[in-house]
Amino acid sequence: MTVKRYKEVLIKPLIEENPITLQILGICSALAVTSNLSVTLVMCVALTSVVSFSNLFISVIRNYIPSSVRIIVQMTIIASLVIVVDELLKAYDYETSKKLTVFVGLIITNCIVMGRAEAFAMKEKPFISFIDGLGNGLGYSVILIAVAVVRELFGTGTLMGYEILPLVSNGGWYPANNLLLLPPSSFILIGLMIWGIRSYKSDQVEVNEFKLSQHATAPDLTKRELNA
Amino acid sequence: MNDSILKTLTVSFAVCLFCSLIVSFAAVSLRDAQNLNKLNDQKMKILKTAAIYDPTELIENQFTRLTPKFVDFSNGLLLDEFDGLDLETYDPVYFSKQAGFSTPIPADLDIAVVKNKEKLGKIYLLKDENNELEKIILPIRGYGLWGTLFGYIAIDKDLNTIRGLEFYEHKETPGLGGEVDNPKWKALWNGKKIYKDGEIKITVIKGKVDLSNKMSDYQVDGLSGATLTSRGVTNMLAFWFSESGYREILTKINYDS
Repeated sequence: MTVKRYKEVLIKPLIEENPITLQILGICSALAVTSNLSVTLVMCVALTSVVSFSNLFISVIRNYIPSSVRIIVQMTIIASLVIVVDELLKAYDYETSKKLTVFVGLIITNCIVMGRAEAFAMKEKPFISFIDGLGNGLGYSVILIAVAVVRELFGTGTLMGYEILPLVSNGGWYPANNLLLLPPSSFILIGLMIWGIRSYKSDQVEVNEFKLSQHATAPDLTKRELNA
Repeated sequence: MNDSILKTLTVSFAVCLFCSLIVSFAAVSLRDAQNLNKLNDQKMKILKTAAIYDPTELIENQFTRLTPKFVDFSNGLLLDEFDGLDLETYDPVYFSKQAGFSTPIPADLDIAVVKNKEKLGKIYLLKDENNELEKIILPIRGYGLWGTLFGYIAIDKDLNTIRGLEFYEHKETPGLGGEVDNPKWKALWNGKKIYKDGEIKITVIKGKVDLSNKMSDYQVDGLSGATLTSRGVTNMLAFWFSESGYREILTKINYDS
């Protein structure tokens, strides 16, 4: 295995094979935790470490996992990692862990983590699996951070809590866009991002599952017939 | 031969054992730091309830503005010391579970499912520059939907007007019952009244409060989608401001000042 392969595994999930915009996985937390950038960053670190280490550990024991219970074994490892991350947050960043509430626990059900375990770690060696997890975690982070920057900046006029755009309500000039504070706005933002990425990299556009048939046109009517 | 029953059992058992070791190690080794955070958070919530919290200053320093007092539920007196217990670190919730320090509440009076009540409570007094009573901060707790909500309520020196309400621990659904933490909802409590002609009237109603209603001073907007949590908060207040709670103590404070 060459250095090139490692690089590819790390870089590709950032834009080209991004888990959120190409595979449309892990959307729920992307909606829930992106109204504030500092909270988003903590969530990104949490998810990236969980997906990297779950990939590593699963890959280490991949040859010993009986296929009949493989999903359960993966879930056990992922769930344990998530609990450890949750405990760490409660001990060292209590404020953010309170804001993230259940969403740290919900990393267990994040499709990216399970998806990488099944699709990559079960087949590949430990170190490259770790890198793959890191790449996918970062790919997730790139999108989340982008969404959070837009939502916090234009929704509350701040970034990481520092005022950038002075709000009208505080005597400034910027009228806050309240839509951006609501979770559905992330849907719109992620949608726009997917559109952007797919116009730039058109090979990401999915092939239509079926083709619309040609419109059956009415026989030409002459002017006289129409007037009649 | 990965799929033999023996192998399946062995691997599952080994994975479970290993993972449980890691999880319990993390839980045990981080417990102290977590408890410290929780305690700090609780103090911050007390300061917020009293509406004197300043995020730029150390919580410990701000906390000195409050005067803690023991309250003896058996006679309604405020005490500065009791039987060698440390007033600073005394935790009523902890002592409500200790035999000898608590009494079970009769089922017909236990509207907030508190179950056991400590014999000795702990409240905080906020005094102004002239050393006169400004607010009283009382700990309250009661059952919501998924578990007990723990919080503090601040009342004015008239002993009837609510000045603030905060919860420091609860298990309600985020986005629904969890909205008890919503600053907008918490702000609604400021100025609401508890007793009307000696009866507890404060209620979290369903829907929005009609301000033209003459009872609107005793009503707070319900949390939409969280009927049971809203009801839990009403019951909690009804319990703690009744004779089983702080009522006697409040009347005694009245005598003193």
